[in-house]
Amino acid sequence: MTFIFLFLILAVIIGGFSVYAILTTKKAKANGYETWLMKFYAKDSVKTIISSVTAILLGLLVGCLFLIMFVGSEMSGRSISGFDLIDALQLIFFGGFNTGRNEFGSLIYGWNGVSLGNMLFRATPLILTGLSVGVAYKTGLFNIGAPGQYLMGTAAALIVSLTIPSDVIPPFIIWIIAFLSAIIAGALWASIVGLFKAFLNVNEVITCIMTNWIAAILVTSLFDKTTGPFNFLLDPSGDKNYKFVYKTAHNGVETIKLGLDKLFPGSQINAGIIVAILIAILMFIIINKTTFGYSLKSCGSNKHAAQYAGINSKLYITLSMAIAGGLAAAGAALYYLSGNTEFTWSTYQSLPAIGFNGIPVALLASCNPIGIIFSASFMAYLDISGLQIRNMTMYNEYISSIVSALIVYFSAFALIFKQILSGKIKLFRKKKEDISNAVDTRFKEEDYNVDKKEETDSKEVETTEEGGTE
Amino acid sequence: MAFFIQQTLVFMIPLMIVALAGTFSERSGVINLALEGIMIFGAFIGVLFIKIISDAGLGQDHAQLLLIIGILAAMIGGGIFSLLLAVSAINLKADQTIGGTALNLLAPALVMFLIIIITGSNTINTPASLDFMLYRGDFGIAEGKELNLFEQIFMNKVYLSNWYALGLYVILSVILYFTKFGLRLRSCGEHPQAADSVGINVNKMRYIGVTISGTLAGLGGFLFALTAAGGASTGDVAGMGFLALAVMIFGNWNPLTIAGAAFVFGACKCIASGYQYIDINGDGIYALANLGISKYVYMILPYAITLIILAFTSKNSHAPKAEGQPFDHGQR
Repeated sequence: MTFIFLFLILAVIIGGFSVYAILTTKKAKANGYETWLMKFYAKDSVKTIISSVTAILLGLLVGCLFLIMFVGSEMSGRSISGFDLIDALQLIFFGGFNTGRNEFGSLIYGWNGVSLGNMLFRATPLILTGLSVGVAYKTGLFNIGAPGQYLMGTAAALIVSLTIPSDVIPPFIIWIIAFLSAIIAGALWASIVGLFKAFLNVNEVITCIMTNWIAAILVTSLFDKTTGPFNFLLDPSGDKNYKFVYKTAHNGVETIKLGLDKLFPGSQINAGIIVAILIAILMFIIINKTTFGYSLKSCGSNKHAAQYAGINSKLYITLSMAIAGGLAAAGAALYYLSGNTEFTWSTYQSLPAIGFNGIPVALLASCNPIGIIFSASFMAYLDISGLQIRNMTMYNEYISSIVSALIVYFSAFALIFKQILSGKIKLFRKKKEDISNAVDTRFKEEDYNVDKKEETDSKEVETTEEGGTE
Repeated sequence: MAFFIQQTLVFMIPLMIVALAGTFSERSGVINLALEGIMIFGAFIGVLFIKIISDAGLGQDHAQLLLIIGILAAMIGGGIFSLLLAVSAINLKADQTIGGTALNLLAPALVMFLIIIITGSNTINTPASLDFMLYRGDFGIAEGKELNLFEQIFMNKVYLSNWYALGLYVILSVILYFTKFGLRLRSCGEHPQAADSVGINVNKMRYIGVTISGTLAGLGGFLFALTAAGGASTGDVAGMGFLALAVMIFGNWNPLTIAGAAFVFGACKCIASGYQYIDINGDGIYALANLGISKYVYMILPYAITLIILAFTSKNSHAPKAEGQPFDHGQR
């Protein structure tokens, strides 16, 4: 009930606002001045945000259609019912706020510390892999090597944080050393790609793919149960059976909570999210406000022009990849240094999904570092919603992956959206009219001329009348 | 030796066919990053069709006929799925890398969503009663006869689908390089405005390029599911699509060199996965296993060798000039 009520309030607010916007704009246009809304709308960044939000809404809408399509289909003996559909439709939007069911079996909503805290915890590495892809993209490089850099960061962080004895050096210092060494490992690993691109002109996509798999195999060989040099870091206890590396809490290294666990009780959240946000802001400043960032961007938009302007493009391409690698590895460090996450060492057959998910995060935010904070949180929120859908209904959690893929698909149309928003493309002009426009325009011109004639006629009449009264 | 060649072919043929898929798309001017996604989707559709038909009680005795149906279904499925890329890249002039990435995300999600709804578990399999592999008996070779090398490779434990794919590869390569249509397609990837000025419909050509790309990638995905994954579709093709992309760049967008590149990669991959069982000259000594090198070195080999060869050959790399750029009539 509250759910429908909320929707109604939202609809009234949006409706009221749009009526207000249309009326004021009309009045302003007629009288030749600009309202604050028009000024706001004229900004390019606003249009970018609007087109991203449109992509999100379209993705959610098509995702809902998917849910509706599969009502009634049999699944392991039980068919998906209309109730499942209603619940799933709610959860896809408000899954993070679901707190279970009441005694009548309908969903109730409220502050769900576990879901929301876990959402922020999942968003932490996503922000950084998103930044990794985004920063490289600004320099004209498509970094699909984030999974490999992420793995190298993971290995470095785990090895450093678990081997330094915590009774000699305080855990907080170990945490910082591990974090930094992860960044260095990732940066060095990614600079291979950068060097290949800068000096040998090898397409970065192919080197990224190759280094991803090499990283996966290398990391596996480091922790191999029998032959790996770091196999003493594997957890031998009962059911773990050497499948995982020790949690860093084994050595007393844990990310501080800063009281966030009070706000989100029962969740995995820690101060890592704050570090991630700070790094994002730092990247925003570096890219948009410094000469260094300007050089990076200019290498991306036109390498030759940058070279001509005295920028060492080879250096900047390598540096850009190194930064991207460092960021992805920092994400890994924040995730695994939290103290309660386990790393499956046998990873040579699969790459970490968090690395690849950096790509949609960056693309949805059109590679803006501040936007990436929000898009990463949103993607993590969708994940949580998916889990809720799996737990509460007959659908499965992959619907949220479908929705996020659709959102990325629609955000590819950002350029078109923006052109429509700024009026460069008219939505309701079909191609067929273009073909027959020779005839159409003639008619229109005639119509127009007739109108004009009538106008002039009436004016003449008016003037004569006026003359008459004189 | 025969084992080595057969195992190499298991990796090589899907790689080759998917790399050719990428070539068709990129030669027409559209970057197809979605190969991985299309493979996943094609594999799913192929397996699904075989499952549906055999569950309906048809074709139990005609495994080879079912195989052809599966191939066709996978190809059509891949072609339809690739239209999503074509629409975004050609009509809507969207960023092609983003469109491709979106499809790569969409395919596994969609396939897993459907698989769980259909089967209730995480995989969908071709029925265990169906065996698509052909043995020596199927070729009329008597049991107990000593097989020569040709017979070992081509007439024992083979999937006909691999040979169909190889045939298709040859035919399409000839079409791309020795026909009027192929020349037109390639011109759209090099200089679409020039192509347009002599009356070639660039958008149509690009649609054809992307669709052929989709059908081939779908086929490649199905081959992978059938041979390497043992008839299962799990929403994953082990990064094969991205590897094929690498093979395509490595092979310089040219079918002949792609075949060579795929062979090098396939051979290394085969050594990596089965170096203990490779007996090069048939004297019963497994030389590679006796060297005492860590298995991880062998596993890194295919990727490292590709990187090294690329480092030496990349100066001659010729990507299609207009790839990734939406076609605009007004430009020159």
